[in-house]
Amino acid sequence: MTLVATAAHATPGGSPATPRPRRPRPLWPYLFIAPACAALVFGFIYPLISVVRNSFYAGTVYELNFVGIGNFKTLFEDPIFRTSIANNLRLLLTVPVMTVLALAVAAILHSGVRGGVFYRAAVFLPYILPAAGIGLGFSVFLQFNGGLNQSLRAVGMGGLAYDWLGSPNLAIWSVGAVVVWQQLGFGVVVFLAALLSLPVEVTEAARMDGASWWRIQTRVHLPQIRGTIEFFVVLQAITVLSLVFTYVYILTTGGPSNSSSVMEFYIWRSGFAQGSVGLANAAAVVLLALAGVLIAIYMRLRLRDDDPALR
Amino acid sequence: MNVVRRGATTISGQIVLLALTLISLGPLAFMAATSLRTTSDYALNPAGLPGALTWDNYIAALTDLPTLRWALNSFLVSATSVAVSTAIATLAAFAITFGRFRGRSVLLGGSIGFIMVPPVVLLLPMFVFMVNVKLVNNLASVTIFYSCLLVPFAIFFLVTFFRTIPAELLEAAVVDGAGPLRSLVSVVLPLSRAALLTVATVNLIWAWNELLISLVFLQDENQRTLMAGLSLLQGRYTTNQPLLLAAAMLSVIPVALFYLFSQRSFVKGLTAGIGK
Repeated sequence: MTLVATAAHATPGGSPATPRPRRPRPLWPYLFIAPACAALVFGFIYPLISVVRNSFYAGTVYELNFVGIGNFKTLFEDPIFRTSIANNLRLLLTVPVMTVLALAVAAILHSGVRGGVFYRAAVFLPYILPAAGIGLGFSVFLQFNGGLNQSLRAVGMGGLAYDWLGSPNLAIWSVGAVVVWQQLGFGVVVFLAALLSLPVEVTEAARMDGASWWRIQTRVHLPQIRGTIEFFVVLQAITVLSLVFTYVYILTTGGPSNSSSVMEFYIWRSGFAQGSVGLANAAAVVLLALAGVLIAIYMRLRLRDDDPALR
Repeated sequence: MNVVRRGATTISGQIVLLALTLISLGPLAFMAATSLRTTSDYALNPAGLPGALTWDNYIAALTDLPTLRWALNSFLVSATSVAVSTAIATLAAFAITFGRFRGRSVLLGGSIGFIMVPPVVLLLPMFVFMVNVKLVNNLASVTIFYSCLLVPFAIFFLVTFFRTIPAELLEAAVVDGAGPLRSLVSVVLPLSRAALLTVATVNLIWAWNELLISLVFLQDENQRTLMAGLSLLQGRYTTNQPLLLAAAMLSVIPVALFYLFSQRSFVKGLTAGIGK
């Protein structure tokens, strides 16, 4: 903190005619942050307060009646909402899969494989492409007679040709698979960057002691990038909990018969397709509470890492 | 790359990476190939290689559908919201890094927390607001909302970068009589070109790819963004997969090309939210 305070003294602003050590706080920072504060209040704080308040009301957008916790009761009695939460929890299972896969790929790339730059680019590419466009591609690819199943049949594995998006038991897992497909490259790039920043001396010393490749990865590298792994896990948990609307909307539209609905989809559906504004607000509050726990963990990690930078 | 051990791991490593590359690029290749086939050719064998290549699906996607209009809308919304949010965030990040004011850490902490708030939670109150000010079906509604949503990440990223600028440089500017705005413009900004480019790149892609908000706020067919427009086609062209995928490719190609030219910015920006 001290360095920042010193830097602040050195900053412009304030009148030059105040030689005292304790200068009045200059005004300019408040002017500089004013637009940002306006954006945050309008874009985040106002809607957050509003959604919490409105979750205790039912009716239409224009006419709301106070119903206490009535919306929440209805919500948890609604089997579709329970399915939606369960599906978000199922999607959480993709996080360890993604993490382990990404770590493995990053470790291999880090070990200096020929063509590493190409592989990294190829694996990362899906991550930045629009989920809506990619989702359309997968919705055709995963059709019962789509590209994937026809390929499986062609190589004699027709028994594996399931109705990926059309079967109530499979649909959410297919959504999860597309999420993994798209997010994996992000993990690879993040972990590779962390591995590349490690001091070479430690690895060298372990190698001198005769440690195997596997042992170096698990005992030397993994503990050192633990912080990055924690970040990734929390970020991806937030992602599958609250940022998968596009996948569900494009791939399955929550179907068949709501079996692949997630909380975001439920909020959209009840709020905008069915006009149950009270339910949508209550569901949004539930999602906010769940995401809030993860966001709090994320902030803790972030600030813990940030402290040395703040100095 | 520092080599841990070559040999056995190299061979198995190559196999793993090759398999993964196939999985990563396979579905994209399927999309691209299908978009270049005729409907009947695709129906005969969805997984096979295209019989005769045709551009007809792209021509249809561009002329029969308002795809170009949607793409233009997407571009306007993304470019405007990125410009506005980056400008707002630059001022705030400069004040947070070099200024002294009450609530500095609250503003920074709040920004970090807001990065991860799910937009769907904010959607209903924002919709009511946009209805009240009669901006629904107007690109401005989405542009305004995006501009706000992009501010927290930009603040966080720029503060992290500004902290690496030596305080002596600013002191020198102050000695020369520069005020805060001049210090920002003539000392900090010239050093921050790469960082600003990174923020802009990451946020531009986010805005271009966004679906939920534009789907809700822009319901008039001609006012849609490309992603919201594409989502309309889903139900409409279920039996014309090649056309559907040609339209999808038109949303993917600009991003892929952009990625090719700015890979570094992407990687830097996207890894900034995580480790150090």
